[in-house]
Amino acid sequence: MKLSKRIFAGLATASLAVTVTACGGSDSSGNFDDTVTVGILHSLSGTMAISESTLVDTEKMAIEEINAAGGITVDGKSYKIEYIVEDGASDWPTFAEKSKKLIDQDGVPVVFGGWTSASRKAMLPVYESKDAFLYYPIQYEAQECSNNIFYTGATPNQQSEPATDFMYKRSPAAGGDFFLVGSDYVFPRTSNTITKAQVKQLGGKVVGEDYLPLGNTEVAPIISKIKVALPDGGIIVNTLNGDQNVAFFKQIQDAGITPSNGYYVMNYSIAEEEISTIGPEFLEGHYGAWNYMMSIDTPASKKFAKSFKKRWGSDRVVADPQESAYNMVYLWKQAVEDAGTFDDNAVREALVGQTFDAPQGPVEVMPNHHLSQTVRIGEINSEGGFTILEETGVVEPQAWNQKHPSSKGYACDWTDPKKGEKYRL
Amino acid sequence: MQLILESLFNGVAIGSVLLVAALGLAIVFGLMGVINLAHGELMMLGAYSTYITQLIFKQVSFLKPFYDSYVIVAIGIAFLVSGTVGILLERTVIRRLYGSPLETLLATWGVSLILQQFVRSVPLAYGSGLVIALFFGLFSPLFISDDLLHGAKGKLIRASTWGFSALLGVATGGILSSLVSKLGRASARNVDVTAPSWMRGGIDFVGITFPKTRLLIILITLISVLVVIFFLDKTAWGMRIRAVTQNRPMSDCLGISTETVDIITFGIGSGLAGVAGVAVSLLGSVGPNVGGNYIVGCFMVVVLGGVGNLLGTVLASFSIGIMTDLIGAGRLLTIWPDMPSPLYSTIDFFATTSMARVMIFALIVIFLQFKPTGMFPQKGRMVES
Repeated sequence: MKLSKRIFAGLATASLAVTVTACGGSDSSGNFDDTVTVGILHSLSGTMAISESTLVDTEKMAIEEINAAGGITVDGKSYKIEYIVEDGASDWPTFAEKSKKLIDQDGVPVVFGGWTSASRKAMLPVYESKDAFLYYPIQYEAQECSNNIFYTGATPNQQSEPATDFMYKRSPAAGGDFFLVGSDYVFPRTSNTITKAQVKQLGGKVVGEDYLPLGNTEVAPIISKIKVALPDGGIIVNTLNGDQNVAFFKQIQDAGITPSNGYYVMNYSIAEEEISTIGPEFLEGHYGAWNYMMSIDTPASKKFAKSFKKRWGSDRVVADPQESAYNMVYLWKQAVEDAGTFDDNAVREALVGQTFDAPQGPVEVMPNHHLSQTVRIGEINSEGGFTILEETGVVEPQAWNQKHPSSKGYACDWTDPKKGEKYRL
Repeated sequence: MQLILESLFNGVAIGSVLLVAALGLAIVFGLMGVINLAHGELMMLGAYSTYITQLIFKQVSFLKPFYDSYVIVAIGIAFLVSGTVGILLERTVIRRLYGSPLETLLATWGVSLILQQFVRSVPLAYGSGLVIALFFGLFSPLFISDDLLHGAKGKLIRASTWGFSALLGVATGGILSSLVSKLGRASARNVDVTAPSWMRGGIDFVGITFPKTRLLIILITLISVLVVIFFLDKTAWGMRIRAVTQNRPMSDCLGISTETVDIITFGIGSGLAGVAGVAVSLLGSVGPNVGGNYIVGCFMVVVLGGVGNLLGTVLASFSIGIMTDLIGAGRLLTIWPDMPSPLYSTIDFFATTSMARVMIFALIVIFLQFKPTGMFPQKGRMVES
């Protein structure tokens, strides 16, 4: 038994040695006058690690690019950006804890971080009480507007509203009834409230909705409900989260809920990364709506995808959340350079009105701390990408949704001290 | 009629996933009384075995023509993988904790965390190498005659079998990682099992679509249950297992090797968890957390059915399945659309997946208030003591 233990230990060390990979730091050469350290706070372990680690990779890449181009110039001095990466561990209180650490102990001027709404809600009081600044890169349900957060992802009117409009008016299932499916937490429920109001305005009908508890993958009851509610096909709006999508799409295909039978699914949480995990054979013919899609045929978009692949491996893909993360690092750099200081209040003032030629096209920071962006509707193709069908012009963000009953008629403007977080239009 | 048939099929389909997952636990928890919280992770290992088998069939040229049948091969492999890990778990941890359920619970929970992290941070190729090394290390002494295993020479032979197994494991790891590059890197990413084309889609019969994967899972469940019943009722080892369950000291006195019985029982229970893993991998994605989603349901089924009673487990899982479909899909509303409005709104309120779960848990709690030992309580002297 003793010997077997030793062999066991030997095997374990051997496998460990294989997994340990060299960590390459940012070692771009060049002469800098000083350095500035920023915080990166995403989950590197736990359920969200799969998604959030791609953001860490993108943010590192953006920082390396800026450093290679001479760093940040403030007051005639050039600064090299260094970063501290903290692990939020898919645990919301940990996000708040690590935020405090980054602000108080490391004294970083800015934190790039978060993915789930729950993590953002946990971090928000920390940044507000310490008057620090968080940059948050994910498309979310909005209904929030903090002076201490800058949101670079889409608000519902920059994603779900144009998508609903497309599905009801111009998709192959145009004029059909809607069925709403989502995971049971804040984003799907808020998003679906907005969708229901919008479908009613358009003159359509929502014939059912259901929410799957997080972690549950038994979708058979939902499938039977869909078949009862939409016997001859229709529009399904899907806001399921992560791996619940795999179960959903595998099983609806088996049950005959497919585009060829007249069922079209519009997805708000499925980007290139998710398509490759679920498998394009299950998703082909369904739709997605994003600001950025890897198939955008512009030099900026191609360069973004190419440098990401070059930095992290040719099998990697870029998707909308990564593009938002990339944009926010550059926007922060521009705002700091314009403000001429790393001081939060001056940077915040300089941030509003910044424009950037992002991979998706031009974006601009609006007074409500959100970005104006382009919305694209794409059909998922067999190669695992989107075939872009429609492109809106630049859409201005609504922090307070104009279709949601609780926020109709309100807006947010941080440039005017009389207006602030929520004022009546 | 069509509606009832569809509802029944859905209920049986949901129930059979629960049943195949709980079957192993019914043996381990029901017969041995071991609260094994790592049961879900043994399922996860089975699901990963399916994934690895699929990749091997896709990549290795002489196996490619047989790609369509990889699922059947995967069932066997998953049984062996989970069984081997289960036996190792029994030998190293659980054996020392018989009779102290609280410590077993904590220890197996710890093991479940270790297994989850293991698949996250060890490349799957080397993970399979380790399982193969364990498999041969644990089982090769069975094929060497007893005389050779005694004395000083015996020690040497035992050691050399382990050495040989370790070499074999390392070789497998190396070969697998070079054959299938995806297996050579550690990744916490969820992976996906794609059913072969003959298993995709559904069969249309009397106006209802029966998804083929669901039919296959029902079949796997049916066969597993029949084999377990046959094994326990008709074979010598099955009889020994039942004897040890009913009265351990007496069986020991009568010359049954209770230690061997423990190994076999736990091995089979764990192996069945692996088979459940294959079934589960066909429905959703495969990730480190996949087992955790089922463990509560498994215990619920076993407790509801009555600990130690297979028939109870079968009935409990089907009734939970049918209830889930009846409540969650709002069947009652479709069957009887003009029921009184207060009743209608109540049922409508519970007709979502989340609320159906709440309702079913509540019903089970109420049921257990009246029958704390489940549907079919075990009778006998040991139960009272």
